[in-house]
Amino acid sequence: MAKLIVNGEDQEVQLPATVADLIQQNNVAQPDMVSVQVNEEFVDREDFATLQLNEGDTVDFLYFMGGGQYV
Amino acid sequence: MFDFTEEELNRYSRHILLQDVGVEGQEKIREGKVLVIGAGGLGAPVAMYLAAAGVGTIGIVDGDVVDLSNLQRQIIHTTPDVDKWKVESAKETINAINPHVKVNTYREFLMSDNALDIVKEYDFVVDGTDNFPVKFLINDACVMAGKPFSHGGILRFEGQTFTHVPGTACYRCMFKTPPPPGAVPTCSQAGVLGAIAGMLGTIQAAETLKYLTGVGELLTNKLLTFNAKTMDFRKINVKKTDRCPICGTNPTITELIDYEQAACDLHK
Repeated sequence: MAKLIVNGEDQEVQLPATVADLIQQNNVAQPDMVSVQVNEEFVDREDFATLQLNEGDTVDFLYFMGGGQYV
Repeated sequence: MFDFTEEELNRYSRHILLQDVGVEGQEKIREGKVLVIGAGGLGAPVAMYLAAAGVGTIGIVDGDVVDLSNLQRQIIHTTPDVDKWKVESAKETINAINPHVKVNTYREFLMSDNALDIVKEYDFVVDGTDNFPVKFLINDACVMAGKPFSHGGILRFEGQTFTHVPGTACYRCMFKTPPPPGAVPTCSQAGVLGAIAGMLGTIQAAETLKYLTGVGELLTNKLLTFNAKTMDFRKINVKKTDRCPICGTNPTITELIDYEQAACDLHK
């Protein structure tokens, strides 16, 4: 098992794993709309299925949030 | 050099006492022109705190009227304001708080054909809107016009915000395109704890005042997210993306876009 930092918290992950695998393992809601950073660089959606994660990687999931007032 | 009246010096005394602000900072606040887009859950606390702080000119954009269901969080409006235009109701509250503030009202929806004209009149823009087409429009208009802005989003018990100044990460660096209409719920569909709007709006108001006075470090290249259920706050470092379609090295977006709005968002 490898240690990754996912959304600021340590997470044990079985490697090899891609960004898409990690999205699935974390039960991310609406995976087709999440934005992902690996080591503080945004990953293109087309690369989710191919980008391999490494021990110690920092991964952030960013979600759409609306709110406020319709204008 | 500063022509504050005795009444103003008294009114703003708690700002002036702050070493980082002082009379000089208060003068910068008074010279400030801030545009608040949306007089709703986020725009309400933003506009009220900016009014109280003595921002010289506040512009308010909103084409809607006050509904009873707004009052749970949109504290700039009160029960007798139901059915009034939000911009009028907001202006009344702002001037009741502070008659020194000049209020410009825009009783219209922000669209690709008016956004740049409105935004260009202001020093700082606050996104207090609830839907993605307008959030992207605000981002694009501000990037094109070289205007700094505060982004804010809330949903249920969560909120997120960042501040953009030219040269730092923009909304499209983080999210390239809006979600499909209706894919991500808005407050009107999913609900929101009213106080969350206040939590986020006051952060946006503080960022605005920090920008105007030059005090502290802005939330630039950082996305602040919080969950009020656990009161966990987190700052995520984000970078300006070279591939960004609007602020990157080869922008593909050269004019403003009116994205399709989910029909269910158009009415409360």
